[in-house]
Amino acid sequence: MTTTTVTTPAGVTSVELTDDGFFVDPSVWTEDMVPELAAREGIATVTDGHWQVVRFMRSEFLTKGTGPSVRALGKTSGVSVKELYELFPKGPAKIAARIAGIPKPKGCI
Amino acid sequence: MTHRIVILGGGTGGTLTANRLRRRYTPEEAQIVVVDQDDRHVYQPGLLFVPFGLTHTEDIVRPRGRQLKDGITYRQSPIDFVDIEQNQVFLSDGSTLPYDLLVIATGATLVPEETEGLTGPGWMEKVFTFYTPEGSAALEAALATFDGGRVVVNVVDMPIKCPVAPLEFCFLADWYFTERKIRDKVQLTYVTPLDNAFTKPVAAQQLAGMLAEKHIELVTEFNTGEVDGVEGKLVSYDGREVPFDLAVVIPAHGGAAYVGRSEGLGDELNFIPTDRRTLQSHARPNVFVIGDAAAVPTSKAGSVTHFEGDVLVENIVHFLAGEELEPVFDGHANCFIETGFHKALLIDFNYETEPLTGHFPSTVGLPLLKESRLNHLGKLMFQWFYWHTLLPGRDIPGVGSAMPSSGKTPVSASSPTEHTS
Repeated sequence: MTTTTVTTPAGVTSVELTDDGFFVDPSVWTEDMVPELAAREGIATVTDGHWQVVRFMRSEFLTKGTGPSVRALGKTSGVSVKELYELFPKGPAKIAARIAGIPKPKGCI
Repeated sequence: MTHRIVILGGGTGGTLTANRLRRRYTPEEAQIVVVDQDDRHVYQPGLLFVPFGLTHTEDIVRPRGRQLKDGITYRQSPIDFVDIEQNQVFLSDGSTLPYDLLVIATGATLVPEETEGLTGPGWMEKVFTFYTPEGSAALEAALATFDGGRVVVNVVDMPIKCPVAPLEFCFLADWYFTERKIRDKVQLTYVTPLDNAFTKPVAAQQLAGMLAEKHIELVTEFNTGEVDGVEGKLVSYDGREVPFDLAVVIPAHGGAAYVGRSEGLGDELNFIPTDRRTLQSHARPNVFVIGDAAAVPTSKAGSVTHFEGDVLVENIVHFLAGEELEPVFDGHANCFIETGFHKALLIDFNYETEPLTGHFPSTVGLPLLKESRLNHLGKLMFQWFYWHTLLPGRDIPGVGSAMPSSGKTPVSASSPTEHTS
């Protein structure tokens, strides 16, 4: 576990992250953290497409308790799997989950 | 009053549920109807052995209706959709089946068409799957004439049925090519979307070690976007390529297609959201789910279905009597992992406990997470138990539904219990 700080217009927030970079406590996340969290994942400009996916991940987590897999994301978010990889080249489910401040999506067993 | 029980699917889960229920209720108490679209009950664990000539498809397929006890009606028809508001199943032949209680046991279906190019040029020529009887038979012929080159085993996406089977395929291929004295001419590669060889940490480490020992290359976090059967390469969504001369692909899985046509029943992959402890669906209280069709966080495997059977039937009896359900299913899974050279590993786990070392079912028994000839014999013997004990709905002596913990060696508390990807 590591602790980091995220700077937003509202001020500086201390955030605990798991070893692989996911929020330990999703409730400390706010939307205005997105630009800085995205920048850390190598996304310099947060486009409407990024926002659509990040908000979708967040709402899926809040209703279902886990973020969706890439394939489920492609079927339900309105963004195709191909486009998802264009938006998040290093892995949509993982990277978007980090930016959306939710736990690592549960893989299937 | 006679309860009308309709069971969709005449595979492992549907058959054992029907047979157990038939013993619990007289025909006056309950009418039991099983529906399936064909009359071929496949012993699916056998599919792994077909490509290596160790068994043949005709030896692992039997008629579905014949596995059902007297007094169970077998209807052969594709399913159009289920109307959970009206408690009716609409069959493709135009007839309807009204029910008081519905059991969904239609398993998981392969959806190769979801992957670009997979069923295009080269399919069944140099791109195969062993997850169907036709595919495993075609692969047997292809392997028999294969005299060297790059063999790639690729899992497209999770979840899949029997998540250890692709690894077993790798181990058996290593043995097969060694026996044929051409192992040095074959490059074996295992390509997975997971970040290790398997989902559960302790087993993943052990299995990754075995791949390395057998000189099988491991490519992880590979999300297959395209299978190019002309050029002979897998292409991931993030642009990586893995070349092959022969590809063994495990296509993405989904639930049965009729689930997607049934309002309010399934999720985006056509699996059924289900209470993981009671096996009652989230869709309706009078709809229960068993086996691969259920969206519950355990393996899609015959052993899980077998262990669910106990809990499911008790809960159906409770439900029809107006009693409270018992939240007792623990996610128990138990899998033999064939490792080649007449040996196998055994893993045993549930929702909370990952596969550990030790012995099963207690301190005296089969070795866990360790190669042994005994486990290999256990795997071979299992087919007899499947047709004669498991499907008829009898218990296997010494093997209960809940996971046994005596005989298991705990791991250090530092390793996580649940894999995520």
